[in-house]
Amino acid sequence: MTGPEPILEVSGLLKHYPLTRGILFKKQVGAVKAVDGVDFTLARGETLGIVGESGCGKSTLARLLVNLEAPTAGSIRYRGEDITRLSGRALKAVRRNIQMVFQDPYTSLNPRMTVGDIIGEPYEIHPEAAPKGDRRRRVRELLDVVGLNPEYINRYPHQFSGGQRQRIGIARGLALRPEIIVADEPVSALDVSVQAQVINLLATLQAEFGLSYVFIAHDLSIVRHISDRVGVMYLGRIVETGRDAEIYDHPTHPYTQALLSAVPVPDPRAREHRERIILSGDVPSPTDIPSGCRFRTRCWKARERCALEVPPLAVPEEFRLTTGPAAHDSACHFAEEKRVVPPEGPAASGDEPHTEPA
Amino acid sequence: MLLEVRDLHVEFRTRDGIAKAVNGVSYAVDAGETLAVLGESGSGKSVTAQAVMGILDSPPGRITGGEVLFQGQDLLTLREGERRRIRGARMAMIFQDALSALNPVLTVGAQLAEMFVVHRGMSAKDARARAVELMDRVRIPAAAQRVRDYPHQFSGGMRQRIMIAMALALEPALIIADEPTTALDVTVQAQVMDLLAELQREYRMGLILITHDLGVVADVADRIAVMYAGRIVESAPVHDIYKAPAHPYTRGLLDSIPRLDQKGRQLYAIKGLPPNLMAIPPGCAFNPRCPMAQDVCRTDVPPLYEVAGDHGGERVSACHFWRECLHDRS
Repeated sequence: MTGPEPILEVSGLLKHYPLTRGILFKKQVGAVKAVDGVDFTLARGETLGIVGESGCGKSTLARLLVNLEAPTAGSIRYRGEDITRLSGRALKAVRRNIQMVFQDPYTSLNPRMTVGDIIGEPYEIHPEAAPKGDRRRRVRELLDVVGLNPEYINRYPHQFSGGQRQRIGIARGLALRPEIIVADEPVSALDVSVQAQVINLLATLQAEFGLSYVFIAHDLSIVRHISDRVGVMYLGRIVETGRDAEIYDHPTHPYTQALLSAVPVPDPRAREHRERIILSGDVPSPTDIPSGCRFRTRCWKARERCALEVPPLAVPEEFRLTTGPAAHDSACHFAEEKRVVPPEGPAASGDEPHTEPA
Repeated sequence: MLLEVRDLHVEFRTRDGIAKAVNGVSYAVDAGETLAVLGESGSGKSVTAQAVMGILDSPPGRITGGEVLFQGQDLLTLREGERRRIRGARMAMIFQDALSALNPVLTVGAQLAEMFVVHRGMSAKDARARAVELMDRVRIPAAAQRVRDYPHQFSGGMRQRIMIAMALALEPALIIADEPTTALDVTVQAQVMDLLAELQREYRMGLILITHDLGVVADVADRIAVMYAGRIVESAPVHDIYKAPAHPYTRGLLDSIPRLDQKGRQLYAIKGLPPNLMAIPPGCAFNPRCPMAQDVCRTDVPPLYEVAGDHGGERVSACHFWRECLHDRS
């Protein structure tokens, strides 16, 4: 990777939840492989978007990154130091710098605490971050930063709307001036018009505080909007990753192509021009991941090789000698570039959809 | 016209006051047509549908005015027993959350078969056979075995297919789908929407699709009605509205969604919040959030102005300045 040095390096990350049988003598009979070998790096000031469907392990990944769960194997290096092995004081110091914004603004705020106490709570845990006398002032400042009236400091969460609550969650995430924010579906519970406000706020804060984001979402349009680089997850693994234009305009993995083609585009004229790839079936259970390529059970290109060999996440052979946007990491034996999102929408051509060619 | 809603008013009596959820909504759907009702939470889109279906929670809900003409008959004047015979047989509903809409202690086969026993007087055996046929029709693999499964044993997409099968069972003339794919992943959402559209064509049903997703609407709808604070603010053929919205709220919505095929620009954000339904602003309900608002917007409720559409079909906008809005864009 070119550019600035990575602030976060994740390699070989694994989180398996054991499935046991028996009460006294527990016997492991299998495992839910929620995260099953994830590697990525995050540079300072960069936004990495992680997209995937429900059950692909993206939320578990978020919890691992902020150290809410310990991985089964693999490492997460923050400024070169593996944080999965830390404990006590050293862990606490790292946690200050990696904060999280949660999905559901209704359940992630304690209903019995005032907004001031919620946003100020990080200072109770990390007293060195702000002297006691200064905390109220800081909380007011934070409220102002996220676009809420500082006068609201004594109100309770139920007195706010969903979008305002998400702002409170963001203010809490910012309180300790972290370097990295892991946001797990931060806008998916919000209405469309409010979603845009929160996304714009996240972008402004990033510029202002030089934050790095890991932005996890299922909505591909939002991820494209906010991300510099994107990783597509399927069944616990990143199957394709690259810069946003590489993934969206030049996808080479069949899963990414299917995912992109399924997104409804808000332009009725795109209806006639788009090729839809409709996948058959559902995502397999993470307790029973298919051999070889994990996507092969739903893939229209799958051949014998796919059942035998696990495709590595690397630039596919076909593109290794090229320099174009198709040359990015894609875990597919038969990677092929295929454009599924119409360039700038057919609307740009100015064609009238109802006039027949003469 | 298959269904015509005229000047419908619904309010909810709560401890804190009266919430005016629907304030004079009119729309119409014809056989074989898809009308999308678009709106954010609290816009009254679901409440309108519940009033049409006759499943409004009352109390606290109360229909305070209007007509719901279904195949020429005003449903609001019918007795509950008569409505029950229409519901399920001639109009059916698909809900967002299939897991809570299906009965968890009955097999899906039993729930599907019940429709035929109750409405068609079939024997249990025949009804069971029809249930399997239906599950096959909505492409549930191994239907003959799965008919004995309980709702929790199905995936989200499969459960939504069962909801569709249930709605279709008695071949109704009208289906109301309330956010049918919101809880589903995109790849599954595409499967389910395709199935719904295909079945609609086959049976020539009228479909009212209630959603907040402008993308889904663009993919399937013929006409769109945009709701805000319990009123329809704009209604038009789908091509017109995306090309040149005639209401600032619609325009704001379109500009505030990130696009898959575009990148970079700052998103337009509609400022402020949707109004409290117990204190809807005087004049145009959107005026406190509207970038075009003038004095008249704060005093006079805008009527539905007729807008000349490009593609024929009726087009209306509830904005005093619809002309300016239209021209701003094109």
